[in-house]
Amino acid sequence: MSGILVVMEQRGGRIARISWEALAAAQRLGDSANITAVVVGAQTEVFAAEVAARAPGKVLRVEHALLLPYTPDGYIAALQQLIQREEPAYVVFPHTYQVRDYAPALAARFGQVLISDVTAISEVPLFARQLMQGRLSGAYRKLGSGICFVSVQAGAFAAESASSVTAGVDLFTPTMDAAQIRTRPGEPYRAAAQTVDLGSAQMIVSVGRGIKSQENISIIQELATTLGAEVAASRPICDAGWLPMERQVGSSGQTVAPKLYIAAGISGAIQHLVGMKGSQCIVAINKDPDAPIFEVADYGIVGDLMEIVPALTEAVKAAKQ
Amino acid sequence: MKIIVAIKQVPDREVPVRINAAGKWIEEADLQFAMNEPDAHALEEAQLLKDKHGGEVVVLSAGPERVATTIREALAKGADRAIHIECDDLAHRDALGMAQLLAAAIRLENPDLVLTGLQSEDLGMGQTGVIVAELLGLPCATLILHVDKNESGIEVKRELEEGWFQNIQLPLPAVLTIQSGGNKLRYATLMGIKRAKTKELRRLAATDLGVASAPVVSLEQILLPQKQKSTQMITGTPREAAATLVERLKTEVHVI
Ligand SMILES: Cc1cc2nc3c(=O)[nH]c(=O)nc-3n(C[C@H](O)[C@H](O)[C@H](O)COP(=O)(O)OP(=O)(O)OC[C@H]3O[C@@H](n4cnc5c(N)ncnc54)[C@H](O)[C@@H]3O)c2cc1C
Ligand SMILES: Nc1ncnc2c1ncn2[C@@H]1O[C@H](COP(=O)(O)O)[C@@H](O)[C@H]1O
Repeated sequence: MSGILVVMEQRGGRIARISWEALAAAQRLGDSANITAVVVGAQTEVFAAEVAARAPGKVLRVEHALLLPYTPDGYIAALQQLIQREEPAYVVFPHTYQVRDYAPALAARFGQVLISDVTAISEVPLFARQLMQGRLSGAYRKLGSGICFVSVQAGAFAAESASSVTAGVDLFTPTMDAAQIRTRPGEPYRAAAQTVDLGSAQMIVSVGRGIKSQENISIIQELATTLGAEVAASRPICDAGWLPMERQVGSSGQTVAPKLYIAAGISGAIQHLVGMKGSQCIVAINKDPDAPIFEVADYGIVGDLMEIVPALTEAVKAAKQ
Repeated sequence: MKIIVAIKQVPDREVPVRINAAGKWIEEADLQFAMNEPDAHALEEAQLLKDKHGGEVVVLSAGPERVATTIREALAKGADRAIHIECDDLAHRDALGMAQLLAAAIRLENPDLVLTGLQSEDLGMGQTGVIVAELLGLPCATLILHVDKNESGIEVKRELEEGWFQNIQLPLPAVLTIQSGGNKLRYATLMGIKRAKTKELRRLAATDLGVASAPVVSLEQILLPQKQKSTQMITGTPREAAATLVERLKTEVHVI
């Protein structure tokens, strides 16, 4: 038991970036030669080839007609058989919505618990993951023998660049039966046509639950207008209907990378951060000095946004005169 | 339809948290607690289904004495009755251990549908519901915003990444993990608060549920997160801070 399986995921026809990051995380757990990158689906040749060009160890295609489209029942059945055959020490996943959907149940089949959403791996090994919505970090350890299941958070590990040798590719065909699959997934769809493209905005003023009420949003709008910036928001603001959903930044909204991102009254939960971490300059305004948003901010102001945001609007006006 | 909603009581997100002396959990003494946000949406979705199709909404919560206040809140909002699994080691039970407790209590009830939140605000495992489904041998769908009942079971709206959605058809009984924001939460009325006091609240001791597996994962230590950037903190009155920031945006960031 020394092998490491890394379950790679594709999106939009390519291996998703977070899967390369999972592969990098796996290299902290053991020798590259022991790592097997796994692609799952109905027709996996193309993805396997893409992985083989970059994977350090081996590549394994888990292929069956019933693995397309994705269903938790299908993936659990297939990967259970693979894991039983390989008897790995570790199974590593990217922490995607799909992985959250099935990996906890897969681990439970082996009497194990997925150590989810890991941000760092240190000696022993200890796995760091966020607690209290990112306000604290916990160090987790796997107890006893048995397979260790781990999923890694987006952006936590630097994806490896191409390897010099092309890895060998093997095929694994699980035994599956249509009756095993109890859910019937429909085609993915988008809610409505997007009319704002936050992705190309140069400046964004983004507002979170610290704004307290819908009426107060106007102070954010004034600052944005004065700066010539777009208005964006964290999820609870859009859930409440205070701003349209297309202005939501984060894992279930838009990904932005402006020159300036001002986050006012946003705590900095990981699902928000993944959507704006790439901004060139981040300004955080929050009354809580320990808010996780300050961990990624270039400039921080601790205080009441109801006072600071209007003061900022005035200061920008003065500077522009 | 008989619907069980698993509700966790978590530290109120507005209140600062401190690491306890042992470095193994947070100081609970001076904390305030609240209903886990996605669980509130799970409760609402259960009540919408009951309003439409009839049946019963049963709240299930595991935790120490204090969780009774959150259970009462759920009952005041209209849940019919509640089950409280009494246990004092929430922070140190792993997700499988917690799911085993919940599953054992659910088995006694034989529900048509089990709803959990998709993630707890304190531990944030994001997996208890999925494991409960596995232990009960039921189909499961996660990140659900909306549930419709039909002849062959339920059709649910699932959130995907980056603003995409998907509908999924499941047979009943089933387990769903509910995402925040799919419905609008109702408030407890005065009448509801009054009636909550008369509703059944059944207590089960964790030890009576006959699940005693040792944890397979342990939380060794709690730390403050590491900064990824060196942040320039700007101080002063709001006016001073605003002026300083604008100056920096001009001279260092070149955006004004
Ligand atoms: C699967 C999944 C997907 C998600 N997708 C997204 C997503 O795409 N985008 C997203 O944003 N979230 C997303 N979330 C939700 C995310 O986890 C957080 O709950 C959310 O980002 C919190 O929003 P917030 O920071 O506005 O609110 P809170 O976390 O409530 O923070 C409010 C902040 O305001 C501060 N504050 C309060 N009053 C004031 C004041 N007067 N002045 C200054 N500061 C003040 C507080 O100190 C606090 O830090 C997702 C969650 C899950 C589980
Ligand atoms: N102690 C508990 N009591 C009741 N429900 C719980 C408990 N712990 C977790 N849950 C449920 O499981 C969901 C996911 O929790 P977690 O896996 O910790 O993120 C929560 O939203 C609750 O619905």
